Amino acid sequence: MSSEGIGAPVKRKEDKRFTTGKGKYTDDIRMENQAYAAFVRSPHAHAKVKGINTSVAEAMDGVIAVLNGAELTGDGIGNIICGWAISSKDGSPMNMGAWPAMASETVRYTGDAVAVVVAETKAQARAAAEAVDVDYEELPVAANIEAALASNAPQIHENAPGNVIYDWEIGEKDATDAALAGAAHITEMDITNNRLAPNAMEARAAIATFDESDDHYTLYTTSQNPHVARLVLSAFYAVAPENKLRVIAPDVGGGFGSKIYIYPEEIVCLWASMKTKRSIKWTSDRSEAFLTDAHGRDHITKAKMGFDANGKIVGFKVATKANFGAYMSLFSSAVPTYLYATLLSGTYNIPNIYCEVLAVYSNTNPVDAYRGAGRPEASYVVERMIETAAREMGKDPAELRRENFVREFPHQTPVIMNYDSGDFEGNLNQAMTAADWSGFPARKAEAAARGKMRGIGMACYIEACGIAPSAAVGSLGAGVGLWESAEVRVNPVGTIEVLTGSHSHGQGHETTFAQVVAERFGVPLDSINIVHGDTDKVQFGMGTYGSRSGPVGLSAIVKACDKVEVKVRKIAAHLLECNEDELTIGDSQVKVEGTNKALGWHEVGLAAYTAHNLPADMEPGLKEGAFYDPENFTFPMGCFIAEVEVDPDTGVTEIIKFVASDDFGVIINPMIVEGQVHGGIAQGIGQAMFEEVVYDDNGQQLSGSYMDYTMPRADDLPSFVVEHHNTRCTTNPLGIKGCGEAGAIGTPPAIINAITNAIGDNNLSMPATPSKVWALIQSSGAKIAAE
Amino acid sequence: MHNTTYHKARNAADAASLLSGAEDGTLLAGGQTLIPTMKARLAAPTDLVDVSGASDMRGIIVSGNRVTIGAATTHAEVAGSSEIRAVCPSICDLAANIGDPAVRNRGTIGGSVANNDPAADYPAAMLALGATIQTNTREIAADEFFTGMFDTALDEGEIITGVSFTAPAKGAYAKFPNPASRYAMCGVFVASGDAGTRVAITGAGSDGVFRATDMEAALNSNFSASALDGLSVDAANMLSDIHGDSAYRANLVKVMAKRAVTGAG
Repeated sequence: MSSEGIGAPVKRKEDKRFTTGKGKYTDDIRMENQAYAAFVRSPHAHAKVKGINTSVAEAMDGVIAVLNGAELTGDGIGNIICGWAISSKDGSPMNMGAWPAMASETVRYTGDAVAVVVAETKAQARAAAEAVDVDYEELPVAANIEAALASNAPQIHENAPGNVIYDWEIGEKDATDAALAGAAHITEMDITNNRLAPNAMEARAAIATFDESDDHYTLYTTSQNPHVARLVLSAFYAVAPENKLRVIAPDVGGGFGSKIYIYPEEIVCLWASMKTKRSIKWTSDRSEAFLTDAHGRDHITKAKMGFDANGKIVGFKVATKANFGAYMSLFSSAVPTYLYATLLSGTYNIPNIYCEVLAVYSNTNPVDAYRGAGRPEASYVVERMIETAAREMGKDPAELRRENFVREFPHQTPVIMNYDSGDFEGNLNQAMTAADWSGFPARKAEAAARGKMRGIGMACYIEACGIAPSAAVGSLGAGVGLWESAEVRVNPVGTIEVLTGSHSHGQGHETTFAQVVAERFGVPLDSINIVHGDTDKVQFGMGTYGSRSGPVGLSAIVKACDKVEVKVRKIAAHLLECNEDELTIGDSQVKVEGTNKALGWHEVGLAAYTAHNLPADMEPGLKEGAFYDPENFTFPMGCFIAEVEVDPDTGVTEIIKFVASDDFGVIINPMIVEGQVHGGIAQGIGQAMFEEVVYDDNGQQLSGSYMDYTMPRADDLPSFVVEHHNTRCTTNPLGIKGCGEAGAIGTPPAIINAITNAIGDNNLSMPATPSKVWALIQSSGAKIAAE
Repeated sequence: MHNTTYHKARNAADAASLLSGAEDGTLLAGGQTLIPTMKARLAAPTDLVDVSGASDMRGIIVSGNRVTIGAATTHAEVAGSSEIRAVCPSICDLAANIGDPAVRNRGTIGGSVANNDPAADYPAAMLALGATIQTNTREIAADEFFTGMFDTALDEGEIITGVSFTAPAKGAYAKFPNPASRYAMCGVFVASGDAGTRVAITGAGSDGVFRATDMEAALNSNFSASALDGLSVDAANMLSDIHGDSAYRANLVKVMAKRAVTGAG
């Protein structure tokens, strides 16, 4: 390992600008002739739009235009689509209702936009938006899954009878039923996965500019995948053909999935810039973010896990209802199906699995992928089930897991996934040692003497990253391929630009990607720049989500580097008059092994561009591109252990210790990985103990600000113990598995397993707030026991 | 935020004059509630009369065990006052746990008392300490001042200039913060002195801050946490929201009261 190469804890190159306030986010950018957009949003969760009176607003100071949904549709702007087709059990296609960027007939959630005001200043735009008079006829509201599925539920989209989008299944139902019928023990649970608001630090924003002189649009926006944005804006929303639309995602302050999707606001800003011939900026504030960002999770699940007399799992049956909100967001359909049910085998050898998923419309924000996207929901179901089963059967929860671990690879699960590698017991052992598992009874007794209920819980998560072979996801309904592209440009002076379709919005690609190239060519880290986030600069890209930038994005860079190396060797062999295989590349030079004959790295670059003396028939220049399509998902896994203390008087839970032992495959920068794990654990603790989007029965958000939506804070969190027991991924060139979501996936079950262990009651739902924990202690009559 | 006209008052009389001359004016002290409300476009006063620099509304005077705090005194100033801490550390501790450093360095005791947010900390202290609220026209006993959620005995245009109270022999404030906002979900101030014991509760009651007279009676005969064991708190008078129902808040009232008594020593 070099001091800057793979495995080196290099400090992040991008942090100089971020920590000195020099980051350039969308809202920092100011275009000439810039005007501001403010949206008129429905205060009702479900209503008919009877009329929109804009006359007062139009006459107000600074107002340039007031535009509505009928005009938008009239100009041929297409409805927002979900890009992954899922079919029901009976083979029928999913029932996708129309989602116009601004509603002209029916509003379906509070925050649904009905009009937009464009004005000279933000204040003028907002004031005029408040003056737009919309005549609504309120309709009955279904604000949650139960209400949407009730027999008297309002019909939210005409083409989704009973508000059902699809009724999907995976696995073998009869075989699973038979296995459960023969089981010696069955554990059954009702499990809720709470709805979350993504809360990226930077709220969404957009600036759209239409250049009349060549009918060209430029959109600066907060996107995790600018090329995907351009693709759907062009192909589906008909804003402009791809060659007339440039999408730039500059510095982006966090996404967690919420910035994958194309939202109404970006579409409307582009269209309005054409209508008004002005650059149009829109920046969400935090209140608007709660109202309009796609939320995450929101599942209700019934699960049954059967065991034989020896404790081996024989069958696992899961029925999940997933809340999709008012409209189908871009990847919404894939989240509770192929990103969820395919992970229900967990880290275990389960011969029979069957899962059915009912996708349901409701009068709430659209729901889509949020850090982990389906895998946290799966991990939560599997790990709460096996933990509860161990308690019911009187078995040690670690032993029950050991008895069921997958131990041979590759391992084909009954639900599509084929695990390539891992040492599940190695991570379990490492975590138990770090947590001093065996010392827990003494600590519990000591806590009991202080009047506290102490508990310990674990979770052995597995997840799927680097989504995935394009042909495979295509056969499962994906509307796009999920490869990645890269271009490596060696300049005449030897410096290198790497253009990647991955997008960095907190992940540190400018450092880690450069580390891989620095090691590959033996050149200084500072001589390498990573270019991303601009459709006019980067050839193409599928963007960053599902921890795919390492396993997929970096693999594309490696492939491009392979091609560069081939040419470098040819040029150097020609100039040094040797065979290509005699050359070694490193220490900023290309050297003939065993001699003092060498060319500086920069001399190779110069030779390629001067082209005075190249091998016959060689093209000048030194730049190569590559597309990489993965052959499989990657499977990061790990064991997390939480130890908590509950105050029985108040229900307050304190996390005393949190241990993570992860298997991420090969790690490029351990410092950045540790940061990713810390953030993920904090988010997982947020879901487990603090965060929940709550709607009242009328579809109004009761948790629409930080006064009521509880984000985890530094003083809620212990100092995390982060360890690694890595096995190399066998399906990509660098052996990387991915680390971006692991913390958010493994943490919730570990925390809830610890709290339920403390209070002696398994019937706890997330978030485990003090009031909820206290009420459970009251109802179960739990006593502080030293055991 | 809507447009507004800002005025800086030199003193309380100046503030009263500026306020009476405004179309729909309001006083601005630390602004820690008012400014966020205006930014959310939920309040749109035509004029803001800033009293944070009003010369006769600032400062701390401790004379024997009598404490007077100017209305424009910030939470950080109360928290850091060695004069107050010498006679009444409980109110310093309370101030030190309001909000975050930014809030504590802008927010004022007068603003908090005047707003009478049902989850604010200071109203519990004022009520338990039997404080006197001084205004530009009169003095009002705390027992008469807090008249319900966000409601006080202040007349239109009346300005709080300060508060005063006699430091109790024993006192403590026990706060259970709302997990999201960190306002009090239940805060109990217990003060015990020559005039007996007073217990005031914020955050939990459905009509704002209130005195728990049954607890006071129990503590007057036996000032110890165990004296409260036999009492029950009626959930019917408690707030209920997504953070906790009325039964939970009733429990918190008792738990926090016992912790306050223990803390008072």
